[in-house]
Amino acid sequence: MSKLERNAGFGEKNMEPHDTLTPMSETLVSKEVLELTLSEALTRGGEFAEVFVEDRATTSAVLDQRRVEELSSGRDRGAGIRVVVGDTTGFAHTADLSEKGLREAARSAAAVAREGGGGVREVSLRSLSNYPTHAMTLPGDVDKARKIELLRHADDVARSEGSSITQVQVALGDSSRRFVVANSDGVFAADHQIRTRFNISCVATGDTGMQTGYRPIAGTRGFELLSEGAVEEAARGAAKQAITKLAARPAPSGDLPVVLAGGSGGILFHEACGHGLEADAILKNASVYAGKVGQQVASPLVTLVDDGTVTGEWGYLAVDDEGRPSARNVLIENGILTDYMWDYLRSRKEGRASSGNGRRQSYQHLPMVRMTNTYLLEGTSDADEIIAQTPRGVYVAQLGGGQVNTATGDFVFGMTSAFLIEDGKITAPLRDCNLIGNGPEVLQRVDAVANDFSMTPGTCGKDGQQVPVGTGQATMRLTSVTIGGTAA
Amino acid sequence: MSTLIERAERILESAQSGEEIEVFLSSGVDTEIQAYQGAIENLSTASSSGIGIRVLRDGAAGAQVGTAWSGSLDADAIDDVLREARDNARFATEDEYLAFARPDGVEPVRLDLVDRSVQSTPLDEKIAMAIELERLVRAGDTRIRQVDSANYSDYIAEAVIVSSAGIKAAYERSGAYVSVEAIASDGSNDQTGWGLSAGRAPGDLNITEAADDAISRATRMLGAVKAPSQRCTAVFDPRSAATLLAIVGSALSGEAVNYGRSFFANRIGEDVASPLFTLVDDPTDKRHFSASVFDGEGLACRRNVLIEGGQLKAFVYDTVSAKRAGTTSTGSAVRGGIAGSPSAGCRALQLATGDLDQAEIFRRVGNGIFVESLTGVHSGVNPISGDFSVGVTGLMIRDGELAEPVREITVASTLQRMLLDIVLVGNDVKWLPSSAAGQSLAIEGIAVSGS
Repeated sequence: MSKLERNAGFGEKNMEPHDTLTPMSETLVSKEVLELTLSEALTRGGEFAEVFVEDRATTSAVLDQRRVEELSSGRDRGAGIRVVVGDTTGFAHTADLSEKGLREAARSAAAVAREGGGGVREVSLRSLSNYPTHAMTLPGDVDKARKIELLRHADDVARSEGSSITQVQVALGDSSRRFVVANSDGVFAADHQIRTRFNISCVATGDTGMQTGYRPIAGTRGFELLSEGAVEEAARGAAKQAITKLAARPAPSGDLPVVLAGGSGGILFHEACGHGLEADAILKNASVYAGKVGQQVASPLVTLVDDGTVTGEWGYLAVDDEGRPSARNVLIENGILTDYMWDYLRSRKEGRASSGNGRRQSYQHLPMVRMTNTYLLEGTSDADEIIAQTPRGVYVAQLGGGQVNTATGDFVFGMTSAFLIEDGKITAPLRDCNLIGNGPEVLQRVDAVANDFSMTPGTCGKDGQQVPVGTGQATMRLTSVTIGGTAA
Repeated sequence: MSTLIERAERILESAQSGEEIEVFLSSGVDTEIQAYQGAIENLSTASSSGIGIRVLRDGAAGAQVGTAWSGSLDADAIDDVLREARDNARFATEDEYLAFARPDGVEPVRLDLVDRSVQSTPLDEKIAMAIELERLVRAGDTRIRQVDSANYSDYIAEAVIVSSAGIKAAYERSGAYVSVEAIASDGSNDQTGWGLSAGRAPGDLNITEAADDAISRATRMLGAVKAPSQRCTAVFDPRSAATLLAIVGSALSGEAVNYGRSFFANRIGEDVASPLFTLVDDPTDKRHFSASVFDGEGLACRRNVLIEGGQLKAFVYDTVSAKRAGTTSTGSAVRGGIAGSPSAGCRALQLATGDLDQAEIFRRVGNGIFVESLTGVHSGVNPISGDFSVGVTGLMIRDGELAEPVREITVASTLQRMLLDIVLVGNDVKWLPSSAAGQSLAIEGIAVSGS
């Protein structure tokens, strides 16, 4: 099971205010030590070894009930080492980045090579491919007081939307993640990823109880991401959403046409097919999309892309966590399945190139196939027309998250802001509920795609690892989806 | 253990006047094994440690707190953490209710939550368990066409919490788990089933039970169809009932209540649930995998009765949420590791056991739906508004017996309604690696949305 969360926890923190662009390999672990560590990892007969060294500094600030409740800073650095022997991977990690610490971890990871007899194998790395950050204002350069000012401003803006707003929680966080990855094939790359996020949650209270509103802003950018305008818009949006929902009626139950607004609706594709197109599920024949390359798996209106190269987006990567430059990969073209997403090891086994989708939560985790920014290319319809041409249905303005079983294709996604469509018009707000469907079936039901493309950030969880991803699409319609409400 | 305590206490010595320091140190060793096609797919062993420091400083209108953490216990890293926590405190809002926990005289219970055989069991034996688990599932039924992953994992960890407010708590814990996901096929369709077994050490694990659970859940879903929309009684199996109880528990957090973010706010003394519903949070009950001697602030854990015979009795509090509510901590601080700050939460929920076995519950319900697994809980349940809508796989109950399997449906209600609509409680308690144990639970008036 894999799932995507919009309002994921705020686990990110920072502490080293100065941040330089010096490649970490020069400051923390030298090329020579990386080469020695890789050789050590292969002495028992492994055929592939990799060292991943990471240094991450994160900060977070939370304003709750108009109080700055917490500023937190964190620092985590260490190395993960893996050794591959046949179909077996040995993995160890350490926070000790000395040559001795790395060699110990290498031996520990190599313990899976039980037969031994590898002998000495020299590893020589290529010259470093270094990817500096695109961020303009680095997290360490932002005054903490400025961050708090922004939180307070968001709180004020949200409360000014109406007296029914009784609760506002605003959070801001950033992370500076530098890593260097080197493997026994000679790959040697370093990246510096700066991410910034902001989110605001509002509670509105009325005669009908309490309702919630939520807006995130997140990008692989520095503090420049959080312009006052963007923050105000998010604050107003979250407050209005909560207030509007006070008048919400129970959502219908049963099958109805659904119009998904541009942006968060992209989660549909993340769940309905994204996870099922990851090569780990494919190679284990644990996906409904296994063996279907070249086949029509979706409506001809569906062209789905996973693209790590979209600069500044939440799922942007210069290079993946295995040292492969990110790429724009077309997964489904006009409804026809063109390719899966690949990581280094699985593509190495298949004798093909990685698609740049090898990602890991941290040095303490093994990389696996993950999405980056996954989006549906926009179409030619007009969003208002699509609504006008829907006599009865549900308009979903915001989705909150979802979950999929890749083996059966069954998935759910939750609507956190939705309205009835009656006679081609958006009418009554609806209470939160999940929608449920089967990936391969729902993909065939896309019958209109508009030209108002946008993206939203999310946190994707798979096998216990969380990574930042983007999802996107334009306003689109599904001819029928099961709405999990309570009204007849 | 004593070295961790000593290290932590040394840090307290650097407290300056007008400030208090709290140090949380943890250290552990983990093993993870995944088996695939009779061999090891991944084997990971690692030790890790970390430190979280909170600094509280006195101000005119109350205290301020700042937090910092590090995944390394190097002396330099610890100095950085302390300096940064101190700096962060300067920016927090002064809050008259903010304080660190102080010893409250409640004696910690004696609980042995660590089994050293986690360390002494040879790695080869652990590997053999994962491989055997996979073999059992593959061999257990001809309809099993794939085992996505068969996993073994264990850990042994120690942690200490000390503060210049007089807190000194140290504890150890171990755990071992196996889990497996089976894919069954009837030639045209696939279904999945997940099985697990948990304990404090490898010797506690029941591999056969985990394998049988995965096989039975996957195979009995074969041929599942979408059920028609209807309103009926739903019987939640122990695992899905535990998920439900954990959500109810999150709304019983004193912090959520203080901030008006719970549908239980201002309802103490009211009948919020069926008379059959008595809910207790008791981390001192060793049967819970989440049992604990100390809470996240180093106070002794204790038994708290939250709902009794349907009546709302109490909330769980940590030190700050308790002060804000004008009461005292219930020893219920939870914290998410070194990077997390304490907050009020339930740790070990249990519903008072009923007297019916599952088969008897099916008989009494007659017609309804048996909910075997839930999806989209994070996206479809809102503990503030109480809205509840989740994806479900399970089986229909007809004439008191399990009938055809169903999938791609949702069940929906509100949490408020569901608690009142509980009609039967089972005696089949399942202890799970979660903040709640679960048993079969029948709830009427649930909206099933399907075809």
